[in-house]
Amino acid sequence: MGDAAAGVLTISVLVAALALARAPLGDHIARTLTSGEHLAVERPLYRLVGVDPDADQRWPVYARSVLAFSLVSLLFLYAFQRLQHVLPLSLGLEGVEAPTAWNTAVSFVTNTNWQSYSGESTLGHLVQASGLAVQNFVSAAVGIAVCVALVRGFARSRTDRIGNFWVDLMRICLRVLLPLATVGAVVLLLGGVVQNLSGPTSVTTVAGGTQTITGGPVASQEVIKELGTNGGGFFNANSAHPFEGPTAWVSLFQVFLILVIPFALPRTFGRLVDDKRQGVAITAVMGGIWLMMLTAAVWAQQAAGGAVPRAVGAAREGTEVRFGDVMTSVFGASTTATSTGAVNSMHDSATPAGGGVYLLNMMLGEVAPGGVGSGLYGMLVLAVIAVFLAGLMVGRTPEYLGKKIGRREVTLVALYVLTMPTVLLVGAAITAGVPALREASLANSGPHGLSEILYAYTSTSNNNGSAFAGFGAATTYQNTALGLAMALGRFVPMMFVIALAGTLAQQAPVPASAGTLPTHGPVFAVLLVFVVFVVAGLTFFPALALGPIAEALS
Amino acid sequence: MTAARDLLRQASAGLRTLLVLTVVLGVLYPAAILLVGLAVPGRAGGSMIEVAGRPAGSSLIGQPFEGDQWFLPRPSVAGDGYDAQASGGSNLGPNSEELLGTVRERTAAVAQREGVPASQVPPDAVTASASGLDPDISPAYAALQVRRVAQARGLSVRDVTSLVAQSTAGRDAGIIGDSTVNVVTLNAALAQPARARQG
Repeated sequence: MGDAAAGVLTISVLVAALALARAPLGDHIARTLTSGEHLAVERPLYRLVGVDPDADQRWPVYARSVLAFSLVSLLFLYAFQRLQHVLPLSLGLEGVEAPTAWNTAVSFVTNTNWQSYSGESTLGHLVQASGLAVQNFVSAAVGIAVCVALVRGFARSRTDRIGNFWVDLMRICLRVLLPLATVGAVVLLLGGVVQNLSGPTSVTTVAGGTQTITGGPVASQEVIKELGTNGGGFFNANSAHPFEGPTAWVSLFQVFLILVIPFALPRTFGRLVDDKRQGVAITAVMGGIWLMMLTAAVWAQQAAGGAVPRAVGAAREGTEVRFGDVMTSVFGASTTATSTGAVNSMHDSATPAGGGVYLLNMMLGEVAPGGVGSGLYGMLVLAVIAVFLAGLMVGRTPEYLGKKIGRREVTLVALYVLTMPTVLLVGAAITAGVPALREASLANSGPHGLSEILYAYTSTSNNNGSAFAGFGAATTYQNTALGLAMALGRFVPMMFVIALAGTLAQQAPVPASAGTLPTHGPVFAVLLVFVVFVVAGLTFFPALALGPIAEALS
Repeated sequence: MTAARDLLRQASAGLRTLLVLTVVLGVLYPAAILLVGLAVPGRAGGSMIEVAGRPAGSSLIGQPFEGDQWFLPRPSVAGDGYDAQASGGSNLGPNSEELLGTVRERTAAVAQREGVPASQVPPDAVTASASGLDPDISPAYAALQVRRVAQARGLSVRDVTSLVAQSTAGRDAGIIGDSTVNVVTLNAALAQPARARQG
């Protein structure tokens, strides 16, 4: 079979699998988060935790719960790493240095999974499995919880209650993520992903040399790393490492895991606002942009631009033979379209156009389909902007799903949209502008050097976590600054989203009239796609022009 | 002030929730998957292989090979090459002068070693992988090496070609990924006692 046909079939299989999973999973999540029943195992857990699971929270309380839980998680994970040397299963490794421990703790609590450390030489099995992997579950659950709180804001009216964070968190972990992760981990095991507790083991190679191989509880962590759009690899080479990504079909399955919840959540949204067509419109916008960017990435990889790919005949540097061009690009385009920092190739060595697609994907704000929860709430914020723009054009007060988009709503939405670019551009400008910082971290000079800085701050402020790994992020300054970028990029927008949920929930619904813009049709979908690109384009074009665009043209 | 007190109360609920979830998701869950792994010990243990009855590494993790009697793997920048404690790629950009110089040197070296023009050297032969532990090469690069290995081992080209075929895999399910030749299992087959006598 020809390369092109195989590539088209690979992508078709992926799209078909996602389409099949969308309704059952979306409905399951909707039922889980609206049910008044608690499972038998959940009641004693709530008692243990000390919360009343039947009391809904006002938005400021919900927001404080999110912040309190994340802060506690941050401190816990920081201490866990620092104390590694006195804990079991540490494989004889030292406690993690303070700047790295701070960076890693923020990174995993914010669902970023930026890694300024190398897994196999820094962390033992206990910190990985009981520290990092737990955050992979709960940070994903926090994202979904905040998203569902916003959806409740649209769905409910005349109330100041938007749900109970502790119930949302517990249910998403136990009823959604844990069952999916268990099934997925078994599939990965069968595919050759390792699951053991062996430490560094010396083996004699075929040719008689020695090699030291470390195993670990990889399958159980790998699956939630994808499913929760986290991305932090057990090993330094992430999903390119043969123990994490042993075959091409495993890599495709991982992409499925990454995308399945983000594409199912619009269905949940449609269910909760009692109009499935609204969810279909959002999925169509997300799917359309994702497929467009993915096609561009595959094209860029096969066109093999750049001096080195042209010299050797293909973009092979930093890629694995078993994945081939298509799986390499599908993985890169899907991880950067979500908030997944996983890589199955080294993005720093991608073609200029390919690396540019990855960067642009993140700069779109990771809304197509975006990280679990954060993708949908980001897209709903942009949808509010789209109806606002449409309202300006026809001179009517805009409304979305029966809620008026007034001054307070637009202010919150505008603040949401401005946060990430501000954090990103200010952070990148400081590193680019201070010679000592620049020289301490860059592996490449010229436009590719700027791309490295941009990629690092784009990745962290968007909570993606993938890297142009040549960038030296392990300095004290970058560990601290990138950690701040991750925390601000995650929690500031989240607070605006929860506040938006609160103000929407209080409104009385406005009945639709002849002048109401239907938000389930193609006109709105196209408008929303434009908004996604215009917001990112206006913000980032100058920076992109100096980095990847200059590089691709040179 | 009430907000601050509420935050404290929430933090206490947060800590207890985190501890409960750490037990469930961070201890019970990975332990359960470890138990499942016991049912497929080969794969869960890292797909280890044996040569002449002794353990010889993993078929998934590339190994360093030098000399004409072996099929050579891709260049690796993991540590000093195929260091499984230091997985990773070069991270050099597509227009990097340094990388351009390196691949040109490698191309010349492969062309000379195999006695072919530089234009026939496949891309994977001169580029470092993402993991630095890629166990595979392309069928084109394997085919290029058959004659040299056969000569060095005193084997027929046909015998070596058939060994290459045994370590060759097509795309997964016929469509996913790319065709590969696993250098570790291929060289392990060459090193089996029956053949070692000749090599």
